Amino acid sequence: MGILLAIQGAVSQGVLWGIMALGIYLTYRILDVADLTVDGSFALGGCTCAALVTAGMNPWLSLVVAVAAGMIAGFVTGMLHTKCAIPAILAGILTQIGLYSINLRIMGRSNTPLLKTPTIFKSLASMTGLAQNWVSMIVGAIFVIVLIAVLYWFFGTEIGSAIRATGNNENMVRSLGMNTNTHKVMGLALSNGLVALSGALVTQSQGYADVKQGTGAIVIGLASIIIGEVIFGKKNSFGTKLASVVIGSIIYRIIVAVVLQMGLNTDDLKLLTALLVAAALTVPVILDKRRQAASYDPMTDKKDGKGGK
Amino acid sequence: MLTISHVSKTFNPGTVNEKKALQDINLHLEPEDFVTVIGGNGAGKSTTLNMIAGVYPIDCGTIYLDGVNISRQPEYKRAALLGRVFQDPMMGTAANMQIEENMALAHRRGRKRGLRWGVTKEEKEVFHEELKRLGLGLEDRMTAKVGLLSGGQRQALTLLMATLQKPKLLLLDEHTAALDPRTAKKVLSLTEEIVTEERLTALMVTHNMKDALRLGNRLIMMHEGRIIYDVRGEEKKKLTVEDLLKKFEDASGGEFANDRMILAE
Repeated sequence: MGILLAIQGAVSQGVLWGIMALGIYLTYRILDVADLTVDGSFALGGCTCAALVTAGMNPWLSLVVAVAAGMIAGFVTGMLHTKCAIPAILAGILTQIGLYSINLRIMGRSNTPLLKTPTIFKSLASMTGLAQNWVSMIVGAIFVIVLIAVLYWFFGTEIGSAIRATGNNENMVRSLGMNTNTHKVMGLALSNGLVALSGALVTQSQGYADVKQGTGAIVIGLASIIIGEVIFGKKNSFGTKLASVVIGSIIYRIIVAVVLQMGLNTDDLKLLTALLVAAALTVPVILDKRRQAASYDPMTDKKDGKGGK
Repeated sequence: MLTISHVSKTFNPGTVNEKKALQDINLHLEPEDFVTVIGGNGAGKSTTLNMIAGVYPIDCGTIYLDGVNISRQPEYKRAALLGRVFQDPMMGTAANMQIEENMALAHRRGRKRGLRWGVTKEEKEVFHEELKRLGLGLEDRMTAKVGLLSGGQRQALTLLMATLQKPKLLLLDEHTAALDPRTAKKVLSLTEEIVTEERLTALMVTHNMKDALRLGNRLIMMHEGRIIYDVRGEEKKKLTVEDLLKKFEDASGGEFANDRMILAE
C-alpha cells in the first residue's frame, strides 16, 4: 500500500514539476539555448509565492506575481546574452547565482513554512473534501492542459513561428527582417515564467519554500524531456511533444519514488538523476554507432576486384 | 535604386590578420539593373553583398537603397528592402519547419508580426501556385519539413522566398556554387525568369564567367577590394570570356594562373 501512496504522490509532484519541464523545453528544444537560469527562477517562484502568502496575499494572486518575477529573471538572462554578448550558458549561470541572494532577500531567511497560511490546495481541499494529493494532481493537470493549449496556440502565431525559426536558423530569421535578439529574450522570459509558476505551485503543495529548492532543477527538467522523447519518439506533432514532456516528468517522479521505496538514500538522488540524464543522452549515440558498424560491409569477399585487395 | 559611396571595410585592423576587404567602393544601380559580379577569391564580392545586407558594420561611406540611408541600420531592419539567397543552401531556410511555414515567414518580411495565425488559408493557396512554377513538385509537399529537401530544392525555395515580397534589391551570393551542374542550371534559369518577370533590381555574385556574360545587363569585376571594371548594355553583350580573362590578367598581374581554375567553367 505504501508504494501506491508514494506513486500517487509522485504523479502529483510530476505534474507540478512538469510545468517547469515545459519551460525548459521552450529554451532547450525550441530556442536551442541551454538556459541555466532555471535553478534560480524555480526557487524565485517558490520564495516569492511563500513570502507573499505569509504576508497575507491571496495564494492565487501570488502565483501571478511569481510568474512575473520569473519572467523578469528570464528577461535579465536574455539581456545579458543578447545585449552584452555573454554566452547563453554563462548568462544563465550569472542570473542564477544572483537570484540566490535575491531569493534570500525576498524571504528574509532560507526557509519559509506555509503550515498556518492558506494555499490554493488547502482551500480547494476543504472546499471539495478531497485529499490534498488528489487536489494537487487535479489542479496540476488543469494547469498543464491549459498551458499546453496556450503554448500550442502561441507557437502557431506569427511571433511564435518566428521564435521557432530563431532556434532553427538565426541567419535566415534576420534575413527575413526579424530581430532574433527580441525572440530570444521573449523565449527566455516565457520559459522562466513557466518555471517560476511551477516553483510556486510546488511550494504551495509541499507547504514550504526553501532557497535551495531549485538546485538541480535544470537536470530534472532535462531528464523529463529526454524520458518523454525516449518513450514517445521525436517525430510527433507539437502538442504531443509538449504532453510527452509532462508525462516524462511524471515518469521521472515515479522512478524516484520507486527507488526511494527500494531503500535508496535521498542524498544519492541527485547523482542518480545526473546518471539517468547522462545515460539517456548517451544511449542513442551508442546505438547509432553500433547500427553503423553493423551495417558496414568491406566487400572483401567479392571476387570482382571492386572490394578489398 | 542603390547608391554606394566611398564604402570601405577592413577586418581585424591593426593586427597581423588585417585585411582590407573593401577599399573605397562606389556603385550606383538603376532600377531593374541586373548586375553580375565576378572576381577572384578574396576580391570582396561577397563582402560587398554582406555590407549592403548589413551583416557587418561598414567603416566609412554611405549606402542608400531606394532613397533610404541604410548605412547604419541593423541587418534585420534592412531586410525589409532586400531579398537574399546565400551560397550555402542550408542558410536560407529553417530545416525543422514546414515548407509553408518557411514561406509564411518570408511572406511577412518587413511587416509587423503579431499574434495572428502564422500561416493563413489564403497564403497556402498563393504558396501552392508559387511553388508550382518551380516545377519540383513541392506544391504537393507543403507540410513537409524543409530539412527533407535536397540542396537544390532548398535553394530554389530560398529564391522563391526572397522574392515572395518584391524586394527593392535582390542579393544573390554565388547561390548556385554549392549545387551540382544540372541543379545549378535549373536554379539559374529560375533566377533569370523571376528577375525578368518581376522586373527586379539584382546583384548576382558568380564564379562562372559564362553565366556572368549571359545573364544581366551589366557586369562588374572586383579585385582586392576594388571595382576594377564596370560594363553595361551593348558593350557587355559583345564581351567574351577571353576579354574578361585578359582584363583579369591585366589587373592581377601574375596571379592569373592561380585563379584560372575558378574562372573556368
